[in-house]
Parts: sequence; C-alpha cells; structure tokens
Amino acid sequence: MAKGFVKIVAERCKGCGFCVEFCPTHVLALSSAFNQKGYHPPYVSEAEKCSGCDLCGMYCPDFAIFGKRYPVGGTHAR
Amino acid sequence: MHADPGAVLTGVHFLNGDQACCEGALAAGARFAAGYPITPSTEIVERFASRAPEVGGVFIQMEDELAASITLQGAVWAGARAFTVTSGPGFSLMMEHLGYAVMTETPCVFVNVMRGGPSTGLPTLPAQGDVMQARWGSHGDYEIIAVCPNSPQECFDLTVRAFNLSERYRVPVMVLMDECVGHMTEKVVIPPAEQIEVQPRRLTAKKPGDYLPYEPEEDLVPALAHAGEGYRYHITGVTHDEAGRLGVNAAAQDKLVRRLCEKVRRASEDLASYELEGPDDADVAVVSYGITSRVAERAVRLAREQGLRVAKLRLLTIWPFADSAIRDLAARVKTIVVPELNLGQLVREVERAAAGQARVIPVSHAGGTVHRPEDILSAILEGVQ
Amino acid sequence: MSNAVMEPGTLVQEPEAHNPVEPFLRMERIPHIWCPGCGIGTTVNCFARALMNAGLNTDKVAVVSGIGCSGRVAGYVNLDSFHTTHGRAIPFATGLKLANPELTVVVYSGDGDLASIGGNHLIHAARRNLDIKVICVNNLVYAMTGGQTAATTPVSSTTATSPYGTFEPTLNLPQLLEAAGATYIARWTTYHVKQLEKAMTEALKHKGFSFVEVLSPCPTLFQRRNHLGDGLATMKFYKEHSQTKHGASTADTGLTKEGDIVVGKFVVKEREEYIEGMTRHFTEHLGRPFEFKVRTC
Ligand SMILES: Cc1ncc(C[n+]2csc(CCOP(=O)(O)OP(=O)(O)O)c2C)c(N)n1
Ligand code: SF4
Ligand code: SF4
Ligand code: SF4
Ligand SMILES: [Mg+2]
Repeated sequence: MAKGFVKIVAERCKGCGFCVEFCPTHVLALSSAFNQKGYHPPYVSEAEKCSGCDLCGMYCPDFAIFGKRYPVGGTHAR
Repeated sequence: MHADPGAVLTGVHFLNGDQACCEGALAAGARFAAGYPITPSTEIVERFASRAPEVGGVFIQMEDELAASITLQGAVWAGARAFTVTSGPGFSLMMEHLGYAVMTETPCVFVNVMRGGPSTGLPTLPAQGDVMQARWGSHGDYEIIAVCPNSPQECFDLTVRAFNLSERYRVPVMVLMDECVGHMTEKVVIPPAEQIEVQPRRLTAKKPGDYLPYEPEEDLVPALAHAGEGYRYHITGVTHDEAGRLGVNAAAQDKLVRRLCEKVRRASEDLASYELEGPDDADVAVVSYGITSRVAERAVRLAREQGLRVAKLRLLTIWPFADSAIRDLAARVKTIVVPELNLGQLVREVERAAAGQARVIPVSHAGGTVHRPEDILSAILEGVQ
Repeated sequence: MSNAVMEPGTLVQEPEAHNPVEPFLRMERIPHIWCPGCGIGTTVNCFARALMNAGLNTDKVAVVSGIGCSGRVAGYVNLDSFHTTHGRAIPFATGLKLANPELTVVVYSGDGDLASIGGNHLIHAARRNLDIKVICVNNLVYAMTGGQTAATTPVSSTTATSPYGTFEPTLNLPQLLEAAGATYIARWTTYHVKQLEKAMTEALKHKGFSFVEVLSPCPTLFQRRNHLGDGLATMKFYKEHSQTKHGASTADTGLTKEGDIVVGKFVVKEREEYIEGMTRHFTEHLGRPFEFKVRTC
C-alpha cells in the first residue's frame, strides 16, 4: 500500500531525470512521450511504492513534481 | 514636513563647506552614510561619523566606492535617507550605481567634491572637470539633477535641497562642490528645525497585493514601499514593467526610459535654480557656477567700474540645465562669457541654449587654482566689442 | 498535462494538492529561465524549505542577488527581492540590514558575482561579521555570459575564454571565507538536498556572517564543454565523489575538475556580530543606550 503519492505538472518539466534517478523507491520513470516543450516528463510507474517523501520535489529544478504523504491512518484510496 | 530638531545645529557657525554639507544632510533627515575616504571630500563623512551616534545614525566606511554607492541604496529601501560622498576617482567608480539609482528610482544623494583630473590628477586642488560626467557618466539614457553651491552656506542649503529633490522625483541627486568650496570656512547660519522644509518620502498608500512598485502617479513618479512591510516586490536594474517584471525588449525599454527621462524633463523649469543680476540693457553676461562664480563676481565688478553694462547669471542647479534662462539672456545680450575650471564643458550647453542669438566666449582653465579675475575681465572686454 | 504522457500506472491523486514550495515562489513567473538540468532551481527548493524550517516571518526576509543565472533567484522568490548590479549584492545587503536590523537579509548569487567581481565585498562583509546569509551557487563558471573562466573554475577546464584550458589557480571559497572571518561556512552540492536544506536553515538562524556554497551543475556551459555529461551525470558525479567531512580544515576544501569534493559544515563560530558590536561600542561611547534611528522616512 502506498504511503503517499506524487503529483507531476508535466508541462513544467524539462526532462532532467533528477526525480527518476533519486527517488529512493524507484517510483518514477521517464515517459517516452513529449510534453509541449519537447521534453520527456516522468510518470508514475510504481505508485504503490511511493512514500510521499517529496525527495523528487526537492530535486526538481523546475518545481514540476512533488510528493505528499497520506495522513497517518487515513485512506489513500481516491 | 519639517526637520527633526534633534539633529539640526540651529545657530550661527563658522564651518567649511564639507562640514556644512554634513549638517545639511543631517537636517534633511539623513541618518545613513556610506563612504570611502578621498580628498577633498572626506571631512563630510568624518563629521558625519562623529555626529551620527548622537542622533542614532550610522556611518559605514565601505571597502571601496563601488560598495559605498550601493550600500546607501540598500539603506534607502529599508527606510533610511542616505547619501555617499566622494571626489574624482571615487566618483568614476560610482557611476554604475548612479545608473542603478536612476533605473530603480532610488531617492539618494551623491556628493562629489570636485578635484582636478583625469585620473588621480590634483587630489587637493580645485577643478570643475566633472560636470559632464555628472550628467552623462553612467551608461544609457537618463536625466539627472545636480546642484552646485558656491559657499559653505549654500553647501548646507543645497544639500537639504538635494535630498528634497531626490525624494520628490525619486532620482539620485548630485551635490557638486568645488574643492575650494569644500575647504573654505565661512559663516553658516543654520535655521531652526521648523524652518527647514523636508520633503517626505513618497510612500505608497496601497496595500500589498494592490501595489505595483513602478506604477507612476500623475507626475510620472511612482510611490515607494520599504522592504519588510509585506509588499514582496521585485526591484531590478534590468528594464522592467510596472510590476518589476523584467522586460528585455524594445517596447518595455521605450516605455520605461521615456518615463524616467520625462519625469525630470517635465520638471526642468521647477528644478532650474539660478541667480540673475545686472542691468536690463547689459551688453555682456557672465554665466558661471560654483567657485568660479565668486571670481566672476570680482571680474564683473571691475568691468562695471570701467562703465561696462554687464549682467551675471549664476547656476545653482546645473542639471537639468537652465535652458530657458540662457535662451532669454542670449536674446538680450551681445555676448555671454563662460568661465569654468575645465577646458570647456558647460559652455557647450550655453552655446546650445543660446542657439546663435549671442556670441559665447569660454574662459577655460585646467584647474589647480581658480581663474584670475583679469582673464574673465578681458573676455568681458572682448565681448562688448 | 496532455494524455500523451500518461502511461500505465499513473495515479493522479488529490489533484488540488500543491507543491509545498509554491507559496515561496512567484508562480506567475514560472517556468523560469534556467536550462534543463541546471541546479539553481534545486537550490531554491532547499531554500524554500529552509525558510519554512527557520520559522521566520517571511514579510521580514529580503533576498538580494547580483547578476548572473544564479542572480535571477531574486526574481522568482515571493519575498522582497532586489536584483542589483554585478558583484554588488553584498554591499546592497549591508545597507538594507544596517538600516533595518529586523530584516533577515539573504544574498543569493553566483560564484562569479560573489567571489570574482564581488570578492572584495565578500571578504569585508565576512570580516565585519555582519548578520547576512550568503548563498553562493558555484557552477564553476560565468554562465550567464556564455561560460567564461571564473576565479572558481578548476584548473584545466575548457571555457569560452580558455579554449586551451584554464591554468590560473582556483579560489577555494571556504578557505577564503574562514580567513576573512565568516562565522558559519558550509558546502554542499545540489545532490545533497537534505543537507543543503539543513545548512540553509542553520545559516538563517545563525547570528553573524554565514556562507553556504552549493556546487551546482551548469550542463549548458560548463559540463558539456568539458565532456562531463549533462545535469544528471553531474548529480551522479556529486553523489559518487563527495566526501562529507564536517569540521574539515578549509585548507583541504579546494576543488579540482574531476577530483573528490569535500562537503560538510566547516566552520561554526561565535564572534560578536557587526550590529551588536556597533551598538555596544556606541553605547559605551555615549554613556547611554545607542538606539538605531536610521529609518527616518
Ligand atoms: C559590471 C559588469 N560586468 C560584467 C557583466 C556581465 N556579466 C553578467 S553575469 C556575469 C557572470 C555571472 O557569473 P556568476 O555570478 O557565476 O553567475 P552564473 O551565471 O554562473 O550563475 C557577467 C560577467 C555585468 N553584468 N556587469
Ligand atoms: S515522493 Fe518520494 S517516493 Fe514518492 S516519487 Fe517522490 S521521491 Fe519517490
Ligand atoms: S526533476 Fe523535474 S524537471 Fe527533472 S525530470 Fe523530474 S519532473 Fe522533470
Ligand atoms: S547556463 Fe548554466 S547556470 Fe545558466 S541556466 Fe543554463 S545551466 Fe543554469
Ligand atoms: Mg557561476
């Protein structure tokens, strides 16, 4: 069960790959598709592994991604 | 608004021009000075350094003039009235930050006690070689204000005026003193605080969120907000729009630079300050400023003793230039004589304003001492022919 | 986001959730000018978090930048911000702080700006121990002007003005700062986001001149020209080649092009802060408390 989730603003992404590389649980992968600026943004490939630690958010130079923990004891289901 | 009595040395004093300038700054509300020592201006900040602690003010001796000329601007944005003081070589180092103050519309005062140049030149001797640098020394297009006292009393009076104009128009204002004026000791009358008018800062009445740091008011001057009050604005020397967003394009440049120039040009007549004296039917007029006006005074007296009809016009504000005063003068005299302690700087402005209506005779002098009155007199004699 | 980039496995949850750094940024100015893989934005994340950690009233925080890619930070932070002239952010900050000591004044700028053209000011502000916080984004080059040699460029690097490699010795900033008298000195890289966040938080809380150096990739103008790969390759290099040595002698913190990078908190000292010193000094001189009355407007 995922402890958190990650949100991606794909149009802001410049495809540097920092978030993919440094996510401690390898939640992310770079998409093969392009955003409108011509970069490959990340997508969530292993959502259940996300801890919501926001390390991706700290690395992202473009403020295009961030993670958030679900409240303790709360539900993660939509 | 009136001066704060706590810092005004009301009374009759015997002061040199540098000291009087410092008292003027204090009377105008300046409690912050940043400087770097250089003759012949240092006495101004030396006095400020001794007076500041008593009135809660701060003097900081910076590591160079590049620093001093922007440290004072930081202080202004935090709510201070601030100035810096220098001479020749230091004035050259300050030029980039004069431009920064123009672009960011930072009200502040730069005092330049002029000495001979170029380069180290004549560290302890007079010249008036910086008047064009004061006008054009920083890169780019701009309009600027500069005042030029000819006595310690005027060093006091015009320093107060310089601060007031800088606040009124949000431009850096220069006080151009000559070495001799800075070092000359004379009677200086400092009025009671309530007789000294101090222009309040144009602070915005708007709330954060509604405020744009470069939105002009009717007279093209924007209102200011200080740092730390929740406005969260961006101040930049890059061409910007009213919100302070960078606008590196021709349209933004045109809009901003035209406004910066126009706010001063519009007020030129109000800013121009001069003394005109002499017969209406004068044949010759002597136009001078600073220390040279005191020598010219004697030359004019000698000429009048010979029965010549001579007028004199002394510029107290040299930038913006008193175009219309010179134009009117040129329309009624044959000749305008322009003595200055340089090889011909402000005389070009006189020629431009006279526009061929009168003959213009420069009396140039490379500096190091003042003119001989006879040299000005012979130009007057030449002018009546 | 266009559907084209939504690949299997994507879960968009809490769509109304916002990036926690957004309140610290002027979001209307984003996207910013920085290149893909540039580290400057990463440092800004750490700074935003440091502001949260330090618990400051952000109305009273001002950021002062010089000129350069790093100097653009002032334009993006949602604080009072001043984009000054090249090299002179520190003296501007000095005036700001002296006129209103209540402000937390942060200087955020590049290596060229702070340590080359502005080197003199850096030294003297450290000497005074004025309570300003200097964040120096060190990308080893003058980036904004096209990648020319800076005082911080490692020997044997190729730059726009050193086509045959640099041969001038390189400035070791922590050592310079320690000698000048800074009372807080740390260095991290953009890989060390957590440590950097902590160092910035400590600097914000430290009373006295604080210097945080951040090594940051400039893939466009430094790494590429030196065949060191892109931003990500540089981040991996930082990860593999950094050695954390808290309290390291700053004589050992010099940087080379491909050698190890000593990171850590090098100096934390107590020394009378400039404004405290001034207040004490004038209080003694006056025989009554010296009160700042600089703000007359
Ligand atoms: C007085 C002056 N000289 C030169 C420049 C040109 N200039 C602008 S930015 C810059 C270098 C900036 O380097 P750095 O501070 O390292 O910032 P970076 O772009 O690398 O982040 C230079 C030389 C200038 N703006 N002003
Ligand atoms: S929040 Fe943490 S775990 Fe989740 S994607 Fe980001 S870095 Fe990975
Ligand atoms: S770190 Fe940011 S810019 Fe880089 S790939 Fe991830 S989302 Fe895109
Ligand atoms: S040129 Fe270098 S420092 Fe400037 S934005 Fe691009 S990567 Fe960053
Ligand atoms: Mg750089």
